[in-house]
Amino acid sequence: MSKARDSFLRTGFVHAALIAYTLVSLFPVFLTIINSFKDRNAIFRAPLTIPTPQTFSLIGYETVLGQGDFATYFQNSFIVTIVSIALVLLFGAMAAFALSEYRFRGNTVMGLYLAIGIMIPIRLGTVAILQGMVAANLVNTLTALILVYTAQGLPLAIFILSEFMRTVSDDLKNAGRIDGLSEYSIFFRLVLPLVRPAMATVAVFTMIPIWNDLWFPLILAPAEATKTVTLGSQIFIGQFVTNWNAVLAALSLAILPVLVLYVIFSRQLIRGITAGAVK
Amino acid sequence: MGSLQLKSIRKAYGSHEVLKGIDLEVKDGEFVIFVGPSGCGKSTLLRTIAGLEDATSGSVQIDGTEVGHVAPAKRGIAMVFQSYALYPHLTVKDNMGLGLKQAGKPKAEIEDKVGKAASMLSLDPYLARRPAELSGGQRQRVAIGRAIVREPKLFLFDEPLSNLDAALRVNTRLEIARLHRSLKATMIYVTHDQVEAMTLADKIVVLNAGQIEQIGSPMDLYNRPANVFVAGFIGSPQMNFIEGARLGDTSAKTIGIRPEHMALSRESGDWKGKVVHVEHLGADTIVYIDSEQAGTITVRLFGEHRYAPDDIVYATPTVGSMHRFGDDDRVLA
Repeated sequence: MSKARDSFLRTGFVHAALIAYTLVSLFPVFLTIINSFKDRNAIFRAPLTIPTPQTFSLIGYETVLGQGDFATYFQNSFIVTIVSIALVLLFGAMAAFALSEYRFRGNTVMGLYLAIGIMIPIRLGTVAILQGMVAANLVNTLTALILVYTAQGLPLAIFILSEFMRTVSDDLKNAGRIDGLSEYSIFFRLVLPLVRPAMATVAVFTMIPIWNDLWFPLILAPAEATKTVTLGSQIFIGQFVTNWNAVLAALSLAILPVLVLYVIFSRQLIRGITAGAVK
Repeated sequence: MGSLQLKSIRKAYGSHEVLKGIDLEVKDGEFVIFVGPSGCGKSTLLRTIAGLEDATSGSVQIDGTEVGHVAPAKRGIAMVFQSYALYPHLTVKDNMGLGLKQAGKPKAEIEDKVGKAASMLSLDPYLARRPAELSGGQRQRVAIGRAIVREPKLFLFDEPLSNLDAALRVNTRLEIARLHRSLKATMIYVTHDQVEAMTLADKIVVLNAGQIEQIGSPMDLYNRPANVFVAGFIGSPQMNFIEGARLGDTSAKTIGIRPEHMALSRESGDWKGKVVHVEHLGADTIVYIDSEQAGTITVRLFGEHRYAPDDIVYATPTVGSMHRFGDDDRVLA
């Protein structure tokens, strides 16, 4: 930023606003984590203090890990999230390529139709989806969740990726055609590597709602063998008694994998977000 | 081997016609340049020859074989793009070899051909680099190398020099001319720069609004332009156009005279006028004159001359250098 346009006061305000927002965002996470390391009394008596030697307790984690099933829950969440992201990226990129690259009748209408999916929440169709899954014998399978999440993630993925794919040079694709690359090779070998930052952006935007979702696991796959972490944590929340230690511990553990995936994608993500703005 | 026949090629996007019936014959080993203002359809025509666009109607034949339904890679062509269009994630060597690899050629043959092309273009030291590590001129040489390696029947160039700076442009132009001589290949080249067209071509095709205005050797077009458009497009500074009636020639609508085909004197001559502006280029002096008989005209003098604005001068066209155009803007016999 140039010195002439850079006043101390303005920078100060910008930073103050950003810091305040960061604190607001991080505070619940911070609270969850510190309380997950306290005993039950300390959680209620002094929820805002960090664990002291007197109040420090791993009882929550012991409960969660001792339950045994949590390994399965994590595994389920992982399978559902990873497979859904993979499918969303694959089909989203392919559809985006078709929409941005080929001129065909109904191209614009198709693009709009897919964009509508961003605006209409998929949960409105829950009843129909459940009926469909029952009919297809997919209730209580991870496949059911993967199918729903793929459908849920595709509209945004196609929207973002087709914008990015329009920026890939036509000459490059044509050079590939003259060199004898098939349309599939052009897509996989020339275009995909160039839109990798956009793919990472889409991956993160797709991943977080899937990992955190409670609704569809609860409705489509509530069986013990197919529970996800978010649904699994609910067993500690009772109508009358809630095992807060266990709930907080489970939530803290659930943050970790997302964090790891995010770090993997984030380097790409930052490039993706700034790619349009800063050239 | 590499001849090309185009027969009444038409191309329309919806109701907008970009190419309005192009007929053209290119002989083996010829260097043909499509030139014209932007939007005249020259790039579209090149893409149609390459197979990257389908013609709405008409036929494209390479070496006498109809290629209308043949994929670009199977037409025996290679293309060099304005934006280089190198594969960013491949090294120079892989960029050049990809076409052959796709065609399933043995590794040793690919190595050999890439090596030859690289030494022809002095790219040997850069074979292991990626395009991002090369300068603009080097990138365009790699793109040309990629075309050479394929040993095509037809080289297609789509404004290959437009992204290069002036000095590099001259060098690369020489390089392409040299390549054409040594490879004796058929080349088709699109440009909007008439200097490139005049210096490189065996045959220039002047296009305007989707139609061919004239086909001929550079000197043909310069000395015998078929119509007002070609006369104005070829040659710099532009030809002077004067209404025939002003010069007492009632049979011609327009009379054209090139700026370099006029003499200038302070004492006497055909057209009296006042100097409006003078450009001193060292080798040339370009004088803009507001004349009584002919209106505003441009005169190009060789060498240095001391004229200043507001000087009174007399311009005299060289005998036999006038071009006369009729009511349809075509040249009069």
